[in-house]
Amino acid sequence: MTSKEFNYTNGLTRRAALGAFGAAALALSGRSVQAQVSKPAEIKVGIATYLSGPASVFGVPARQAAELLFQELNDAGGIAGVKLRPIFFDEGPGVDHFVAEYRRLVQSEKVDLMFAAISSADCLACAPIAEEMKRPTLLWDCSTQRIFEEAHYDYVFRTIGNSTPEVLAPVLYLLKYKPNFSTVAVVNQDYVWGRDSWAMFKTIIERLKPGVRVVAEMFPRFGATDYSSEVTRLLATKPDVVFNASWGGDLDTFIRQAADRRLLERSLFVLPLGESSLERVGKSLPAGHIIGARGDHWFLHPSPEDAKRLATFTDNFRKRTGVYPIYPCFHMAQAVYAMKAAYEKALVTKGGAWPTDAELAAAFKGLQFPSLTSSVKIREDGQGLANQLVGTTATDPKYPFPVLTDMVVFPGEMITTPVGKVSFDWLKTLEPEILARIPQPLTSKG
Amino acid sequence: MGWLGDNGMLFGLAVLDGLSYASAVFMVAVGLNLVFGVMRVLNVAHGSLYAIGGYAAASLSLFLGARGMPAWLSLPLLLLSSAIVGAILGPPIERLLRSMLGQEEVLQLLVTFALFMILEDLQKLVWGVQPVVSDAPVKVLGTVDVPFGSDVIPFTAYQLYLLPGVALVTLAGLAWFLRRTLAGRMIVAVTVDREAARAMGINAAKVMLLTFTAGAALAALGGALASPTTSLVPGIGASTIVLSFAVVATAGLGQIEGAALTALMIGLGRSLAVYFAPEFEVVVPYIIMVSVLLVRPQGLFAVPETRRI
Repeated sequence: MTSKEFNYTNGLTRRAALGAFGAAALALSGRSVQAQVSKPAEIKVGIATYLSGPASVFGVPARQAAELLFQELNDAGGIAGVKLRPIFFDEGPGVDHFVAEYRRLVQSEKVDLMFAAISSADCLACAPIAEEMKRPTLLWDCSTQRIFEEAHYDYVFRTIGNSTPEVLAPVLYLLKYKPNFSTVAVVNQDYVWGRDSWAMFKTIIERLKPGVRVVAEMFPRFGATDYSSEVTRLLATKPDVVFNASWGGDLDTFIRQAADRRLLERSLFVLPLGESSLERVGKSLPAGHIIGARGDHWFLHPSPEDAKRLATFTDNFRKRTGVYPIYPCFHMAQAVYAMKAAYEKALVTKGGAWPTDAELAAAFKGLQFPSLTSSVKIREDGQGLANQLVGTTATDPKYPFPVLTDMVVFPGEMITTPVGKVSFDWLKTLEPEILARIPQPLTSKG
Repeated sequence: MGWLGDNGMLFGLAVLDGLSYASAVFMVAVGLNLVFGVMRVLNVAHGSLYAIGGYAAASLSLFLGARGMPAWLSLPLLLLSSAIVGAILGPPIERLLRSMLGQEEVLQLLVTFALFMILEDLQKLVWGVQPVVSDAPVKVLGTVDVPFGSDVIPFTAYQLYLLPGVALVTLAGLAWFLRRTLAGRMIVAVTVDREAARAMGINAAKVMLLTFTAGAALAALGGALASPTTSLVPGIGASTIVLSFAVVATAGLGQIEGAALTALMIGLGRSLAVYFAPEFEVVVPYIIMVSVLLVRPQGLFAVPETRRI
């Protein structure tokens, strides 16, 4: 070793020693080496939702839920004394408009956090932008399973489940509790969710109940007003089970037209998004059909973690809107509760100092937060692990619409694709023993 | 029963479905076609009139139903509400469009599109975003069991009889009106050549007002007839207007019988597709449109026009 090399090494050693000393001193004083951010005057939250078009049947109730929850949060002092301000923007005009608004809100309005979006196309578009702009973004309602299966994100998190558990849960329920069927048919909206959910349904059935025959596959256009041909064909082909993952006005219309022609008396319907239509379709939907809720969202949940929390929200929402909350309201609550929990976690981690964007984003990983009915965990890949409730329609004289009975609350871990796996591949590996692990059905005490 | 027998019976069912769907399509498109014939303005806001007609009929039916109105009265209410919507919204929209006559076509289209957006928002302000439906007219007419082998297929009488009936009466009534009455002949004259009609002393402005109001009422009637079976939601007008444009382009602009024949082709084509080639259901109307326009670019019933250059 030369003298120069010796000195150089010594120099490094001295710097390293000084650095280590400094770090140790900071650690001993209870502080880490982190950027310091002053507490903001307010927390601005950009919220993408449908305020126009057919999906506003979800978007507007979600906004109403957000207004209620933000008000409650602010009335209780905000987060660490900082009040919150939601800034809503419409997904209705399409993906290009959505992306432009997302960027504008981050750059001009300086929003601290984004809740985006209902449309899976919008979520797929904004996830890379969130990463590029380093803006913590909560995917609060979109369901495409592709987001976290195809890419890794540090600033994007989903506060709900995804398509896979949302389809798997009702199909497992069907296989476990109404297994006597040999033919199925589908009527789904002609877009990605309609096609993907049917592909999942078929994959699961082929794996767990081989030999079931598909007698009709129909994909009417999105926003169709007339299903007479579809209903007639179903009446003629007499499938034991009809799978329909439609939503909003399309699902309402299909149920009514099917009910008017007694199709609901002949075939068992499996409706993964049926919970959101129950109050609207009323008595048109008879007892005995399988209903999903895109989570364990049901105002008469049979075993809520905090019954008072659910009842208070339901009452307040009804007072404000005149109707019972449906799943997008529950999804919005999960985003709000996740945001609150992440800020609180980041504040604790930082000893009470206000977190940077990166620190806030880091707090979402592994975060466990309460929902209106149970709790949700965000995995290391950003995907939420949420329970799924599935039940059977029943009549109750207290309500002018069908309620749910024989409800099964599927644990999120049981029905969500494991980290690092692709949903369609994972579904092909399901074993029949999964049916034995399905929890016992419950009935609401409400 | 053999393959042919099974498919023959399915074909029969498809025809029944196709007829009712064709009737619904015709009711929306015929008003648009009539208005274009006279004013030469492709009115995008026609979709809004359809939606508002549906909402108005459903609201009126729900309102009066809650106050003890007999269920059968919900049927004439469909007509009444359409007439009210046409009378209230038709004249002011016509006045606006008339002020655009002679302007570039793209400008006219943009104005009607703007109007469509405004009416869509108005609709949301009044009726909100939750689906609205009043199925009293369907319930009051009941169902009809159509034999299917050893089984029966229930159809609603509303679908099987009322919709095709109203469409036939509308077609026959319009044909009679346009050919046998003075007012109708004046409309035809303005449709064929507005300037020549004016030179002969026809009050073109009055004809346009009458035609547009009738077209608006027909659009509203289309929506009203759909309202007992369809959940009305924001955006319903937009999806309707696209299909109506396909019918009008295929029929030949301004052609009533053409609209009826096109609606029938689309209705039967779509219905048969649902049974025998469901993958094509969504594109059937547009396949028919493209096929017809390739052979007859001016539309099924339109006569080629000479153009001064």
